[in-house]
Amino acid sequence: MSATSHAAAEHAESEMGAPGATVIHAAGLSKRYGKTVALDNTRFDVHAGRIVGLIGPNGAGKTTALKAILGLTDFEGELSVLGLDPRKERPALMQQVCFIADVATLPRWITVSQAVDFVAGIHPRFDRGKCGRFLKRTKLQPNQRVREMSKGMIVQLHLAIVMAIDARLLVLDEPTLGLDILYRKQFYQSLLEDYFDENKTILVTTHQVEEIEHILTDLMFIRDGKIVLDTPMDALGERFAEVLVNADRTEAARALHPLDERQVFGKSIFLFDGVAPAQLAQLGEVRRPSVADLFVATMKGTYA
Amino acid sequence: MNAHSMTTFGWLVKREYWEARRGFLWAPFWAAAAIIIITILGIVAGEVMKARMGMEHIYMGGVSLSQMLNQASSDDISQFVKGLDATMLLFGSIAAVVLSFVIFFYLLGALYDDRRDRSILFWKSLPLSDTGTVLSKVFAAIVLAPLIAVGIVLAGYLATQVIVSLWLLAHGVNPLRFVWGHIEPFSVWLHLLAMVPVDAVWALPSVGWLLLWSAAVRSKPFLWAIIVPIVAGVLNIWVGLLGLPHIGQDFYWGQVAGRLLLSIVPGSWINLDGASHAIHFGEFSRISYAAMAQQFATPQMWIGAAVGIALIAAAIWFRRWRDEA
Repeated sequence: MSATSHAAAEHAESEMGAPGATVIHAAGLSKRYGKTVALDNTRFDVHAGRIVGLIGPNGAGKTTALKAILGLTDFEGELSVLGLDPRKERPALMQQVCFIADVATLPRWITVSQAVDFVAGIHPRFDRGKCGRFLKRTKLQPNQRVREMSKGMIVQLHLAIVMAIDARLLVLDEPTLGLDILYRKQFYQSLLEDYFDENKTILVTTHQVEEIEHILTDLMFIRDGKIVLDTPMDALGERFAEVLVNADRTEAARALHPLDERQVFGKSIFLFDGVAPAQLAQLGEVRRPSVADLFVATMKGTYA
Repeated sequence: MNAHSMTTFGWLVKREYWEARRGFLWAPFWAAAAIIIITILGIVAGEVMKARMGMEHIYMGGVSLSQMLNQASSDDISQFVKGLDATMLLFGSIAAVVLSFVIFFYLLGALYDDRRDRSILFWKSLPLSDTGTVLSKVFAAIVLAPLIAVGIVLAGYLATQVIVSLWLLAHGVNPLRFVWGHIEPFSVWLHLLAMVPVDAVWALPSVGWLLLWSAAVRSKPFLWAIIVPIVAGVLNIWVGLLGLPHIGQDFYWGQVAGRLLLSIVPGSWINLDGASHAIHFGEFSRISYAAMAQQFATPQMWIGAAVGIALIAAAIWFRRWRDEA
C-alpha cells in the first residue's frame, strides 16, 4: 500500500470519527450494464451511528449500489465512503469497511482456525480474542472445514470474524437468506448486542423486511436505480399512516390521494403520505404502517 | 514494500499453500513414495527369489553381491555413483512431470474457482490489494511449489539410499563406501535447486497466460487457454496457404503457442538440439551452472518474461474490475 493511501485513511478516520458524520455520500451516481440502467443519477447520504435498511425489489439496483460503495464496480458520478474514493483507494477503505455479501461465501476448503489466523495476520483492526469469544458460543471446532458446516454455521463463523473487526462501516447484502429462523434471529441479535455502537454504521439489504424493521434507524427504498424513499424510522410514523376506513368513508379517503388502498375483511385500508393526523382520525382507526406494507405500496407496478 | 505489506504477502502465500496443499505437497510426495515403494518391492522380490532358490547370497554373473561390491575397482565405483546420480534424476524428473500438471491446473483455477463459488466476496471484503493477491499466486506457482518439490526430491533420494544401505548391510557390504561416501548425487540435487530461478523466469509467459484466462472468463478457463492458441495457429496456417504474410510454423508453435502453454514445465528451456551451443551438460545428468546463467542472456528468456509480466498485469486488472453482475 502506498504512503498516500495510508495518510488518506488516517485523515478519513479523524474526520469521520464523530457520530452523525457523513459515512457515505453519493451524488449523481449512475451505472449501466449494457442497456440496463442499474443506478440512475441517484443521491443519498448515510450518517455514522445509524442502521440503514436499503430495500428494493429484485433488479432495483441494491446490489449495484453496494458494489459501488465497496469498490467492486466502476460507476459514474460522485461517491465517497469514509472520505475515500472506493475505486482508487480500495485497500485503505477496506481497513475500515467490512461486508458480508450473500450467505455462505466463505471458501469451502478453509478451516475455522485458518480463517481466524489469516484475518488476524492481515487485518490491522482485527481483535483475535474477541473473535475467539464469539466462536466459543458456537459449536464450531478449530479444525472444522467450511465444507463440513451447515449454512447457518458458516454464517456464524463469518459473523464472528466480522464482528471482531473494528470497522466503521459494515455492509450486509442479504446476509441471512436461506437460514432458518433461529439463525436469523441470532444473527441480528448478536449484531445489536455485541457489535453495533454509535461509532459504527450498518447498511443492510434484505427481502425479509419484517425481521429487521425493529432494528433499523433509517429506511431507504430503491426502485429502478433511484432512491424513492429516504427517511429515519422515527419520522416514518409522522409521515406515513395507515387508516382502517369504513365503507361509507372511502370516497372521502380517496379524495386525500392515498398511496395505496387494499381490502381486508370488507374494510378498506388506506396508506397516506404526509396527511395531517387530525384529518385522518376522522376517517377511521389510524396506525403506523409496517415497512412491508409501505414497501408493497411504493413498489406497486414494478413487475407489471 | 513496507513491513506490513511483507507480512500480508506472507499470509497470502500461506493461504495459497493451505488451499493447494494437495497439489503442492501431496502430489510430489506420493510420486516420490511410489518410487520408494517400487524400490522396496524390487528388493523384496529379489530376496524372495533368493530364498526360493536356496541361495545364501545374491549372485550376479556367478559372483556374490558382497564379493563383487567389496572387490569393486574405482572404475566400477564411478559407474555405481552414476547410478546414484540417475536415482536423484529419476526423482527429479518424476517431480517435474507431476509439478507441471499441478501448476497448470493450479493457475487455471487460481483466479477462477473463488469467482465460481463466490468466495471471492470474502477475500474482497478484506484489506488486500488485487496486485498482492495475484502476485502471491504467481509466487506460489513458480517459487513455493518448485521448492517443495525439490525438497521432496531430496527426501525421496535419502529415503531410497537408507533402504538400499540397509539391504547392503544385510549382505555384508559397507554402505558408507557405496552410498554415503559420494557427494556427486547431492551436487546433482544442487543443480536441480539452482534450476528453480531459471524455470521461474522462463515460466512467466505461461503463468501470465493461464492467470489471465483464470481471471477473465465467466466459465471454462481451461478451454479458452487451450483453444485460443490452437485456433490462432490453424488460422495462421490457413493464411499461409493463401500465400499471405504469416508467422513461420516452427516459430509460432515453438516460440508462441508452446511458450504460452508449456513454459511451466521445469527445464523446458533446455535446448537438447546438438546444433545449439547454448546448453552444456557438465557431467552426466546435470546441466552446468554456466548453461543456466547463459539462459538469462537469451532474448527468448526476456521477451517471454516481458510478455508474461504484461499478461500478469492484465490478470490483475481483471481481478480488480471483473464485475460478476
